[in-house]
Amino acid sequence: MDEKTLIAKRVALELKDGDLCNLGIGLPTLVARYVPAGRNVFFQSENGIVGMSGPVAGADNHDLTDAGGSPISALPGAASFDSALSFGLIRGGHLDVTVLGGLQVDEEGHLANWMVPGKMVPGMGGAMDLVTGARRVIVAMQHSAKGESKIVKHCTLPLTSVRRVDLIVTDLAVIEPTDAGLVLKETAPGVTVEQVLANTGCELILSPDLRPMPLEG
Amino acid sequence: MSKLISLEDAVARIPNGASLLIGGFMAVGGPNRLVDELIRQRKSDLTIIANDTARPAMGLGKLVVERLVAKVITSHIGLNPETQKQMIAGDIQVELVPQGTLAERIRSGGVGLGGVLTPTGVGTTVEEGKRTVEIDGKTYLLELPIKADFALIAAKQADLYGNLTYALTARNFNPIMAMAATTVIAEAEDIVPVGCIPPDAVMTPSILVDHLISNSNR
Repeated sequence: MDEKTLIAKRVALELKDGDLCNLGIGLPTLVARYVPAGRNVFFQSENGIVGMSGPVAGADNHDLTDAGGSPISALPGAASFDSALSFGLIRGGHLDVTVLGGLQVDEEGHLANWMVPGKMVPGMGGAMDLVTGARRVIVAMQHSAKGESKIVKHCTLPLTSVRRVDLIVTDLAVIEPTDAGLVLKETAPGVTVEQVLANTGCELILSPDLRPMPLEG
Repeated sequence: MSKLISLEDAVARIPNGASLLIGGFMAVGGPNRLVDELIRQRKSDLTIIANDTARPAMGLGKLVVERLVAKVITSHIGLNPETQKQMIAGDIQVELVPQGTLAERIRSGGVGLGGVLTPTGVGTTVEEGKRTVEIDGKTYLLELPIKADFALIAAKQADLYGNLTYALTARNFNPIMAMAATTVIAEAEDIVPVGCIPPDAVMTPSILVDHLISNSNR
């Protein structure tokens, strides 16, 4: 199993029956494939639909896409609406969970994921609203990039929000930001605690319930 | 009471330097015929307010490539490298706004509010230069309304009065923008006689629409 699949499978276990969930572009979109059987999860696309599903071959509709402009389909029971209502759902506490990619997360659980000054300035899109407003924020990302840990003492990149994220799922570990700091809760298959610590740019508190990462619900 | 106008005449009313609210999300639900006509008539020095700048060869992304845009207020330019290139070179001014904040700034402009208070952006670079307000112990940013000279809107269906409906995710910013401009120009896939769209199905009431692009020469 590649690293992205592993991260997506672990994140999917966090989704509960009846949840409304918004997945960021990139790695987070994989999460929809691994929702455990029997859990009915509604997915929102912030361009204006609740109840989206993957594309159906031969049924492309130029009026129905995800936030990246790729074709999707609408499940029975789906609802579409304008951007103000869509972000009202996000900001107003109606969105149960969002899964977003990350460039950095720090000891305080602050996420940076929208720009690298001077290099990459895509804009924040809906990310700032999602991190500020979703009831639960899960960051799904590789633990390191170009040999450097993405989990750091203080974010050096511009923050997406000062709201503390709720969970970080990487190819090495599951980490929960708390008042006391970052708590290491799970290690990925074949990964030791020492490996996680060596690849993390700040201190981690070992959870008394530290366990191997489950991948099936 | 028909609001039909030719594409050419509608765009001829837009002067260089105008501010334009342009509907669409990655050009889905975007007024792509109006955009192409802006290019054909070489309208320049434009201020564009839109969710994103699409891709270089798609929708309003082409306005950037053609260097007709002086300023853009938007939430995302990540899929149009040309916008980023011109921004870094100082050729285009880019104001990045969180998407939900952009929607509410335009909405407040269109519904007569003095702005909105949002928690989005507090403590980030988005807060710079803005007033904050504390309500019940929580901090909010005061985000100011956006209005424009023109709104360019794309609808699924229109009647001759200019009542509009939208389909699925092609709705996005269109109905919000239709309230926030001095002059609203709409294009629609289908134009039907007055009375064909039931009142409950109308998403943008005709009184907001000034001109409806004729489909006769498509």
